[in-house]
Amino acid sequence: MKICVCIKHVPDTAANIKLAGEQGFEDSECKFVVNPYDEYGLEESVSLVEKNGGEVVVVTVGKEAATATIRSAMAMGAHRAILVKTEGQFLDSALTCKALKAAIEKDGTPDIIFTGKGSVDTEGFQTQYRLAAALGIPVVNEVSKLTVDGSKAVMERETGSGEREVVEMTLPGIIGATKGLNEPRYPKFPDIMKAKKKPIDVIPLSDLGIDEGAGKSVLVKLEATPERSGAKMLEGSVTEQVAQLVKILKEEEKVI
Amino acid sequence: MAKTGVLIELGDGKVKETNFGVLTAARGASGDNEVCAFVMNADAEAIKSELSAYGASKIVNITSSGDLGASPDLQAASLAAAAKEYGLDALLGLFSATGRDIFARVAAIMDEPMISDCISVDIDGKTGVKSHFSGKTFATIKLDCGIMLATVRPNAIEPAEASVDAEVISFSPSVENNSTVKIIEVKKGGTEKLDLTEAPVIVTGGRAIKASENYKMLEECAALLGAAVGASRAAVDAGYAPHSMQVGQTGKTVSPKLYIACGVSGAVQHFAGMKTSKIIVGINTDKDAPIFAKCDYGIVGDIFEVVPALTEALR
Repeated sequence: MKICVCIKHVPDTAANIKLAGEQGFEDSECKFVVNPYDEYGLEESVSLVEKNGGEVVVVTVGKEAATATIRSAMAMGAHRAILVKTEGQFLDSALTCKALKAAIEKDGTPDIIFTGKGSVDTEGFQTQYRLAAALGIPVVNEVSKLTVDGSKAVMERETGSGEREVVEMTLPGIIGATKGLNEPRYPKFPDIMKAKKKPIDVIPLSDLGIDEGAGKSVLVKLEATPERSGAKMLEGSVTEQVAQLVKILKEEEKVI
Repeated sequence: MAKTGVLIELGDGKVKETNFGVLTAARGASGDNEVCAFVMNADAEAIKSELSAYGASKIVNITSSGDLGASPDLQAASLAAAAKEYGLDALLGLFSATGRDIFARVAAIMDEPMISDCISVDIDGKTGVKSHFSGKTFATIKLDCGIMLATVRPNAIEPAEASVDAEVISFSPSVENNSTVKIIEVKKGGTEKLDLTEAPVIVTGGRAIKASENYKMLEECAALLGAAVGASRAAVDAGYAPHSMQVGQTGKTVSPKLYIACGVSGAVQHFAGMKTSKIIVGINTDKDAPIFAKCDYGIVGDIFEVVPALTEALR
C-alpha cells in the first residue's frame, strides 16, 4: 500500500504574526509546524501502513524552510518525502494543486492521498478538491472516522448540530482529515534521529513548468484583525452586574 | 449591474436564517444586482416569498434524474451547469459544512479561483476579505476569474430586506456523474439543537464548567436567548462536551451577534473561532484571564453564580 500525505508548512497557531509590508509577514520570526489537520492525515497514513505494509510519502509544496517540518512528519513515521520548492509562502491553490499533481504523478499514483481538511494559514479549504479533479479521483473532506476495506473507503463527516454523514468512495481517492480521526503520536527520540536520514527529493517549482506568479487568486492586502481594546468590566454585586449586562445588551448593543 | 447566484441551504424544508446575509451580499454595493437563488430538489414555491423578500428575483429549482442528495459531486456539477446556463458573474454560498464542500467541488469543476469563508465580499471588484492565520489577520483576496466564486461566513453579513417580484423556474441540467462518492446514511445528532455556526447567539462553557451535566445550566440560559451552547477545547478535551460543540481552532468558527464565554480562559486558538462575533461577553473568576483583554464586556465571578443570575434576569 502506497500512501501520499500532503503536508503544509505553516506558522504555529499560537505564533504571533508580525506583518511586513502590504501582503507579507516576518516568517523568520515565528515557529513553523506541520499543519495541525495534516497531522491527522499523517497519523492515519502511518497506522494504515503499519497494519497493511507499504510506504508513506510526504508531499509538500513550500519554501526551503519546510524541510524542518518534513523532518517532523518523518519522525512520526513517514518514509520519504518530496518537496516542491517555492520562493514565497503564499501560493494560489490551483498552482499548489498543479505542483502536487506533478510531484505525485512523477512518483507514481498512490492508493490513498491524505490531506488535512484545510490549512491554518490561508484557510482556503479547496486544494484537495482541485487535486482530486486534476487526478480524476474522488475526494471526501472533513473526515473524522475511516474504515478501509479493499478498494472501498467508508467515512464519517460531521455536518452540523452533531449530525454525521456516512460517505463511501472507491479508492484511489483523497481523504481530508480532521480532528476525531485519531490522536497523532508524539515522536520518540530514536524516531527523530532516524528521520534525519530519510530521503527528501527537492524539486524546484519552476522545474515542473509552473510559474509562481501565475495565480488567479491574488493576495492584495494582509492586515491585523482589529482587536478589541479590552473589556468594559462591570461592577457591583452579581445581581447588579447581570442587570447592567442585560440592559446594555438590550438597549445599547441591541443584540438580544 | 452583475448577475449573482446564491446557493440556498435548507433545513427540514425551511430556509436557514443564515442565507439572508448571503442574499444581502449578492445584491452588491449598489443593491441593483440581479439575484438568482438556487435550491436543489426543493419545494421552491413554498420558500419563494422568503427569498424574494431579500432580493431574489429568480428562484431556480435544480432537479436531476440522479440522487442529488446522495452525491455531492452531482450537486456540484448541476450547480456549475446552472451557473453557466444563467450567465452568472458571481456565485455565493455559505461556508457551512455542506456549502464549503459543494463550492470547492464547483471551483474544481469550473477551474475557477474561489475565496472561502468571507466576512465581506465586493462582487464588482471580485474581491473578498477573509481570515488568514486563525483569525489573527484579515486578507483581501482579488480573483482573476470568469465567475467569482465565494463562500460567506454564516452571520458575518447583516441581512437587510429588499423585496422584489420573483419567478420560480425549474432547471434540469444534463450532467454526467461518474463519481463514486456517495452519502449512504445520515446519522442524527440525537437532539434538535440549533447548529452552532448558524446560531445568532452562543453561550459557551469552558473548563470551569467542571462536568458535562453542568451544561444544563448553560442550556437553560441559552433557551431564553435563542442561543446554541458551545464548548472550549479544554472542556472538550476534559470530556465534558462532544467535539461537535467545540468552538475554536480545531472546532467550529462562529460569528454570532452575541457570544457569551463562561469560564473560558480565552486562548488565541479559542479566539480564532469566535473573534468576528459582534459582541463578546466574558465571565471568569480570574480578573487577569486573557478573555478580558479582547472581549467587549466582562464579569469577574463564578459562572455557577453569574449564569443562574443571568438566566433569572432574562426571564
